[in-house]
Amino acid sequence: MSDSAAAKAGLSRWFRRGPWENGAMILIGGGIFMLVQPWSIDLYSYSFITILVGTIGFMIVSHFPE
Amino acid sequence: MIPRVSEPAKSRAAWRVRGLSDRTIAWLFIAPTITLLLAINIFPLVWMIRLSFTNLNLSMSYLPLRFVGLDNFIDILTDEEVWIRLQTTAQFVICSVALQVVIGFGLALLINRQFRGHSFWTTIILLPMMLSPAVVGNFWTLLLQPQIGPFNSLISLFTGVPPSSFSMTGQVALAPWTIVLVDTWMWAPYVMLICLAGLRSIPDYIYEAAEVDRASPWRQFWSITLPMAVPFLMLAVLFRAIENFKMFDMVNLLTSGGPGSTTELVSITLKRAAFEKWRTGYSSALAIILFVTVFGAANIYVKALNKVKQR
Repeated sequence: MSDSAAAKAGLSRWFRRGPWENGAMILIGGGIFMLVQPWSIDLYSYSFITILVGTIGFMIVSHFPE
Repeated sequence: MIPRVSEPAKSRAAWRVRGLSDRTIAWLFIAPTITLLLAINIFPLVWMIRLSFTNLNLSMSYLPLRFVGLDNFIDILTDEEVWIRLQTTAQFVICSVALQVVIGFGLALLINRQFRGHSFWTTIILLPMMLSPAVVGNFWTLLLQPQIGPFNSLISLFTGVPPSSFSMTGQVALAPWTIVLVDTWMWAPYVMLICLAGLRSIPDYIYEAAEVDRASPWRQFWSITLPMAVPFLMLAVLFRAIENFKMFDMVNLLTSGGPGSTTELVSITLKRAAFEKWRTGYSSALAIILFVTVFGAANIYVKALNKVKQR
């Protein structure tokens, strides 16, 4: 196997859509929970950035190969 | 009689049509729609994003427009009032979606059986869903009116409490449950429809096999019906949660966020900031926070929808 083919195979092993999409969804769900939870205003303050990172991440990783 | 077209004119027209590629013709057809979408969706969104970084206050529009960076976002994300309104919204979403799922699934189980007047009752159950939320808000306001509304009289009939001694929309303890009740009345049929699609997708041979194995109806429900309907239930939960998070019209008509701010959902806070306090920059930032939240949740919804489609 040539070096470039091996590198490609390594990349496609790392950048598979499924696990990354799940990660992004966990971030979005966690961010929404942080936004509405009644216990900590610090969590509330960091909720929007968490949702934003999750949402942008989801849009990017949904273009990864299966 | 077919009008005659001269040969040169015919060939010119044919050349004009032939001169356009399929791609160009496709673009010509979709250009008006794209223009309209850009004008009424994308442009206001981009404009709102721009305003969210400014100090614009429409009651003091004579002040120069100043770029304030992330100040509006920091104000919102450190404001306890907005935090409490978001909690109120979450409580409303959890209570109403839970009730809608229980009632909707129960109705779907009933409607899934064949009985006399099946179509008639299905139509009756689906009626509230077809009404506009503004209409529902108005007529429930009349129904819940303490002096002349039939709802209080009905409660009085069963409990003996004088009808005008309590107000469903005016009392702190009752108002949150009133908006949950009305929302459930309106949207449980929608959950029923989704669940019905799920129940009808379960093949009969699974139940036949279960009967051969002498599984009781209760066992069939827990081992076949419920597990196979869960993806559809999840879909209904996600869709209703997103819709209820954005809920404005019905609650605004029923309680306007009152009494006090007991039923003030975050959408009503947004409307008050934008059109009562005229804090346009601040309210644009709040609208963006809500938009990103709903957009993120919608991504999860679409993913769940695709999973259900693949079944």
